[in-house]
Amino acid sequence: MLIASQILGLIAPQWILLVAAMLVLALDLTLGEEREGWLPYIALLGLGAALVASLSLWNRQVALFEGLFLIDRFAVFFQIIAVLATGLVILASIGYFEGKTPYKGQFYALLLVTALAITLLASAADLVMVFISIEVLSVTSYTLTGYLIADRKSTEAGLKFFLYGAAASAIMLYGMTLLYGATGSTNLAEIGRTLSLASGEGSRWLPIAAIVMLLVGFGFKVSAAPFHQWAPDVYEGAPTPFAAFLSVGSKAAGFAILLRVFLTALPDFRVDWFALVTTLSIATMTLGNLIAIFQENIKRMLAYSSIAQAGYILIGLACWDPQATGRESISAILFYLLAYLFTNLGAFTVVIAVERAVGTNEISDYAGLIRRNPWLAAALFVFFLSLVGIPPTGVFVGKLLIFAAAVRLEYYALVIVALINGVISLYYYYGVLRRVFFLAPRDEAPIAVSTPLRVVLAVTLIMTLGTAIFAQPFIRLALTSAVL
Amino acid sequence: MGISHVLFILFSVLILGGGVMVVTRRNLVQAAGALILTLFGVAGLYVLLEAGFLAAVQILIYIGAIAILIIFAVMLTRRLADEQEPGLNSQWAWALGTAVMALAILVIVIQGTWPLAGGVVGNAPPLTGDSTSRLGVALLSPEQYAFPFEVASVLLLSAMLGAIVIAREKRH
Repeated sequence: MLIASQILGLIAPQWILLVAAMLVLALDLTLGEEREGWLPYIALLGLGAALVASLSLWNRQVALFEGLFLIDRFAVFFQIIAVLATGLVILASIGYFEGKTPYKGQFYALLLVTALAITLLASAADLVMVFISIEVLSVTSYTLTGYLIADRKSTEAGLKFFLYGAAASAIMLYGMTLLYGATGSTNLAEIGRTLSLASGEGSRWLPIAAIVMLLVGFGFKVSAAPFHQWAPDVYEGAPTPFAAFLSVGSKAAGFAILLRVFLTALPDFRVDWFALVTTLSIATMTLGNLIAIFQENIKRMLAYSSIAQAGYILIGLACWDPQATGRESISAILFYLLAYLFTNLGAFTVVIAVERAVGTNEISDYAGLIRRNPWLAAALFVFFLSLVGIPPTGVFVGKLLIFAAAVRLEYYALVIVALINGVISLYYYYGVLRRVFFLAPRDEAPIAVSTPLRVVLAVTLIMTLGTAIFAQPFIRLALTSAVL
Repeated sequence: MGISHVLFILFSVLILGGGVMVVTRRNLVQAAGALILTLFGVAGLYVLLEAGFLAAVQILIYIGAIAILIIFAVMLTRRLADEQEPGLNSQWAWALGTAVMALAILVIVIQGTWPLAGGVVGNAPPLTGDSTSRLGVALLSPEQYAFPFEVASVLLLSAMLGAIVIAREKRH
């Protein structure tokens, strides 16, 4: 039996994030406008403290509150992802809201609550906890998407996100109730036990209906087709730093809970969800890559690219086989998410830098970027290489690990579809790079990049290359975290 | 036929009749009024199922808050509350398909046996004691749902913050 102070120590990352969010809110009211610039750094301090608290939990394996809340390496891994994504996005958003909205403190406070929601989701081991954590993540996301109230696109994106999200949540909740009805428990491990005892019996339809409905909710979060429609509009309308966050933080949270629920509660139904996940994966990557070709707005293009990436990552789940590839495929997903975090945040940071100088996000504005700021052009080149999956970059290693799991199970068709998709994606990434390097700029004025953005670019660039060149420690990290 | 059968039929008529009126009334305020009938009927069913607390919550939240909110939204966004709306839009075929699928799932749920829960259909343990106080204990005791309960307060707080950010008048 744990005493209260021990429990507080075990949920330290969560309450530190909450306290930091409240502190930012309170200081926003009291600091006054001339010292408003401190707020993001205070938020970063809070994130730093939460990171330290997370790392101290690395070797713990505890179930709190009668199994509602699990602290294991898998959860800590996603806590680290949440803190990294939030920290980099806060840095990237310094100065972004200048002249766009008078409210800045609330952005950082809500972003911290979003990070809190991801850490809760990664530890959730009970359907009640899963649902409430997803809703915290969703409600803050809707607000942050529609944050620029003077901007019609942002407001529209927030509303669309809310309507799609509410529908997806409702369907997912129905799936959860079916699962509860079938097993009499909301605890994931308990559900798994009941289902494995009964799996020999005839009636499997109820859990299968539940699986389909759960996939709607989780598929929405990871933006898998056909639940992806929100992504392009939301990425385009949302404040760019938050679009970046959605593409890595929210997506990682979606995969965390997808893995936790499917591998803890539904492993005995693998034969059933394997087909569904494979179909989703193929549809998601093909659709994402094909539609990305026709985009003229870079944020929309990155939205479709991020949909396609979700498709690649789903291969990892489809290739999960408890006997052959169990840990291997989970660790491939984890590594992919980590590498993708740095790569995509980096790409979005370049977009933020260009947006702040040019004012729009049209791909045609990237013409001649190399003459306006060669560093930005070079960084974008590396990030796009990584997104296509060309060495020596992080996402390349991630893809390699995922394909290795697929080859081990002899699912060659999935690998071939993914490779064809890689070739398609080359086309639209090259379309942007061609403008960046070979077309003449409309405006020769150099693009200045603020110091916080330079820090983000440096970190993401180093990590995008570092996760590939020094891949071994990161692969080991993913492998040790791949315990559910 | 006992009194509970009569009440069940009464509430079912309320629910179904209200539901049909919601989709057939051209006037949005009348449709919202019919929705209240449906929600009230559902509360009645909860009472029949001995879920008194759920019934009270159903009336407080669905009728007291959500239905009123809908009516407010209709009256504030339309200049005239008696405006006529077309009954169908271009999505009707999709809606029909979805409705049929939902019906199919419901039929299967009602018809099917529930063998996975250990065959407890029909002989679930009888509820003992006051379900409302047991719910209260469950929500607030650390061994049960106190933690999600606290997280729900974070959810409400962030929703409130979001509402303020989006709806507050501009400072400048």
